[in-house]
Amino acid sequence: MKAPLLRRGLVALLLAAFTAPALAATQLTGAGSTFDYPLFSKAFYAYNQQHSDLTVNFQPIGSGGGIEQFTQGTVDFGATDVPMNADELKRAAKPVIQVPVALGGEAITYNLPGVGSNLRFTRQLLADIFIGKVTNWNDKSIAKLNPKVKFPNLPIIVVHRSDGSGTTYIFTDFLSSVSSAWKSKVGTGKSVQWPAASSVGGKGNEGVAGQVRNSPGAIGYVELAYALENHMDMALLQNRAGKFLACTMDTVRAAAATKANVSATNFSIVDRAGANAYPIAGYSWVVIYKGTANKAHARQLHDILEWLVGPQGQSIAGSLKYVPLPGNVQATAKKALSEMVL
Amino acid sequence: MILSLRKRAERAHRNDRVFLGIVYGSAGTFVLLILALLVQLILGSWQSIRTFGFAFLWTSQWNPVTSQFGALPLIFGTVVSSFIAILLAGIVGILAAAFLSDFAPREIARPLSFIIELLAAVPSVVYGLWGLFVLAPLMRVAIGPFLQHVLGWSPLFSGPIYGVGLLTAGIILALMILPTVTAISRDVIAAIPQDLREASMALGATKWETMRRVVLPAAKTGIFGALILALGRAVGETIAATMVIGNRPEIAASLFAPSYTLASVIANEFTEATTDVYLSALLELGLLLFIVSFIINALARLMMWTVFRGR
Amino acid sequence: MNVTTLAMPERTAPHKTSIHIRRLSSAFGVFITGLCASAAALAMLIILFYVAVQGSQALNVGFFTHLPRPVGIDGGGVANGIVGSAITVGIATLIATPVGVLIGIFLALFARGALAESVRFLADVLSGIPSIAIGLFAYALLVAPLHHFSAISAAFAFAVLMMPIIIRTSESAIASVPRTIREGALALGLSSYRATMHVIIPAARPAIITGVLLGIARITGETAPLLFTAFGSEFWELNPKNPMAELALQVFNYAISPYDSWHRQAWGGALILIVAVFALNLIARAILLPRRQR
Repeated sequence: MKAPLLRRGLVALLLAAFTAPALAATQLTGAGSTFDYPLFSKAFYAYNQQHSDLTVNFQPIGSGGGIEQFTQGTVDFGATDVPMNADELKRAAKPVIQVPVALGGEAITYNLPGVGSNLRFTRQLLADIFIGKVTNWNDKSIAKLNPKVKFPNLPIIVVHRSDGSGTTYIFTDFLSSVSSAWKSKVGTGKSVQWPAASSVGGKGNEGVAGQVRNSPGAIGYVELAYALENHMDMALLQNRAGKFLACTMDTVRAAAATKANVSATNFSIVDRAGANAYPIAGYSWVVIYKGTANKAHARQLHDILEWLVGPQGQSIAGSLKYVPLPGNVQATAKKALSEMVL
Repeated sequence: MILSLRKRAERAHRNDRVFLGIVYGSAGTFVLLILALLVQLILGSWQSIRTFGFAFLWTSQWNPVTSQFGALPLIFGTVVSSFIAILLAGIVGILAAAFLSDFAPREIARPLSFIIELLAAVPSVVYGLWGLFVLAPLMRVAIGPFLQHVLGWSPLFSGPIYGVGLLTAGIILALMILPTVTAISRDVIAAIPQDLREASMALGATKWETMRRVVLPAAKTGIFGALILALGRAVGETIAATMVIGNRPEIAASLFAPSYTLASVIANEFTEATTDVYLSALLELGLLLFIVSFIINALARLMMWTVFRGR
Repeated sequence: MNVTTLAMPERTAPHKTSIHIRRLSSAFGVFITGLCASAAALAMLIILFYVAVQGSQALNVGFFTHLPRPVGIDGGGVANGIVGSAITVGIATLIATPVGVLIGIFLALFARGALAESVRFLADVLSGIPSIAIGLFAYALLVAPLHHFSAISAAFAFAVLMMPIIIRTSESAIASVPRTIREGALALGLSSYRATMHVIIPAARPAIITGVLLGIARITGETAPLLFTAFGSEFWELNPKNPMAELALQVFNYAISPYDSWHRQAWGGALILIVAVFALNLIARAILLPRRQR
């Protein structure tokens, strides 16, 4: 082996070359919601183009994982679809600030051969289908809403998320609000016990969409971004004001705008009263500590999150088919951030 | 340096002692590692064990909202899907191994072996997606109806065909464990001394008779080991199974019905579980998997011992 | 090892299976086994073809050399994942192989009866534990106490996953080395250490290598243990004490996202994983096996 010293020197140089840029910049770490991952990856990348001294490493290990790692102190911030509740806050021991950063809606998708998009559903009908009361597509209650459509004699297959997810939480929150039977029998949660006799669980949006696509007679719920990106057939859902609405960026934004003061204890925006408000929508949250030892990190975190909930960050959200936060909610988010001890 | 014979013997003896120490030490460390894993699982599930007791094993509820947890349908799904997997992979794998080690010429055996071993390199999520997008539709439109046509009189093949379900999951698992069974069995069979085969053929046996009556019985311990390893993989597989099993925690007679496995529940719900008792229940499922693995292994060894009288 | 006796076909037996039927059964048997082997290989080719078709669109030079980029921005790649996975799998192999082979030596040559059986039993039980539970174990041992994710903790989890395979295959490999060789070595005056390491292990080497390669293939696609150990990274990282990008994680995250461009990258990454293991197999066999046995 010739000149081992030279070889070692070269390796050291390469190592330095690789690690040096990382050393010059600050790197923050975050963990949590898979829903937020595409948004964060694009937003933080864009922010880094303008502020080259800060990089953020966010990994989508799930909301529960995010809260756990945040509590353990292995990451600087967490991202979760359901805000931390009293028990979780108690475990974190230090004061926590929760900031709404992303907004999404859920589309109802179905597979009926020969029938196109835009089938009409009322909120009660949807609840009856998912609770297992309405079991066949030729049921009179469906036909009544869609007189021009010829429905086959086809059993309804309910498709839901098998993995715990904020998407399920928002959907079951919606069902609980519109159906007392659902609320008492099943309830709200990231994972629930689905009562319909003919039901199947798919993992992730991909699993649900794939399952719906594969089974004639299936009906399921997916995130809006997913439905739009994959050009899926969607249903029209009647809201509290009586209008049949499609799940779009505008209708979800309208729902969010009806509640300016969202907070970690009062965050549900399903089934809102508003002419154009789509009934199934919800936020995703970032959790940070009010005060941290590392003041430089705290400052950087504050600035990047403020940028994220502001117009620039939210326009990036829009480009990825997240629904941009309405102006009043942006203000609420900024106010929450201002409570950080810097 | 010329050492006296005695010094050399002493050094060799000392080397041996060190060597034996390392060997025994590794085995000991390994045992400690597994015990540590078991202890960690027990500690993590303690809250759930205290809350639900033994009823956890025969309750059919899995309700995260009311915090009622019971594992019976999950145990059922795990056992049945793994059984299907080991049945399919065992038969195909051992036969394929026999071909690859003895019957095939080297030019065919080597590339075929490579390709089969590659099956082990496919990531779980890819198996899951392939199963969801290719196998499940195939099951729904072709395989399922065919089986129902031929075997529909039996409750195993009755009921609606969703495409996903126990049978689909069993097939995906079989594909995942096939390389393990085939590669290890092939090596084991190849290691059987040639003179055994030659003796058999000298007595007039055909190739197949030699394989069936001489080589395979001689290799059975090694093959058994391969099957156990493969079965372990099938029992513990998380992501691929959860994408094609339908995720319904219910016990049904039909193989076409959606089901749920212990590992799938953990994979699905662990990253989103936030309450203590929920996390603890999920870890108790992990502990259950440890116990299921333990029982399957013990039963298999018992079977081998009684059938083959410990050989 | 028992010697099976074959009965001579008796001339006075009521049914004598004719040699023709026996030859036919044999040919049929060979055919069936060939069919099974071909079916297994065919299944792999089908899956590989599917992955290749889905993933080939993502493969370009940038894919191999660039860092990940967000959706909508072209040119993203999985370079850090490739490097990270190579480092993690490499460390895992370095941990698991010596330990696994030593335990294989223990079981095949030095242990007797109940002790050997217990260790073997535990190795088999270990293979049935889901990878996510082992990931959590690595987390509890190496991440939580240090409040720091690291590639080493992931390598540890991987090593634990690999061990049952390496133990089983090395034990089998060593046990199949004929007794005569071991006895010959000892008769020549070699110490236990020398007889084992310099005579038996080289004889068992091909099968041990197969076992190690099988173990590597097993862990290359594993995602679940990585979530709480390596954590993942969007950036370059070569220090195993830090969180590191992993190709299997990237494949998983992209696959379940809503975006087509990321789906394509997921398939591309999966293709790289499969081809990498294939290449590793080829290279390892070319270098490590004597010409005769290739």
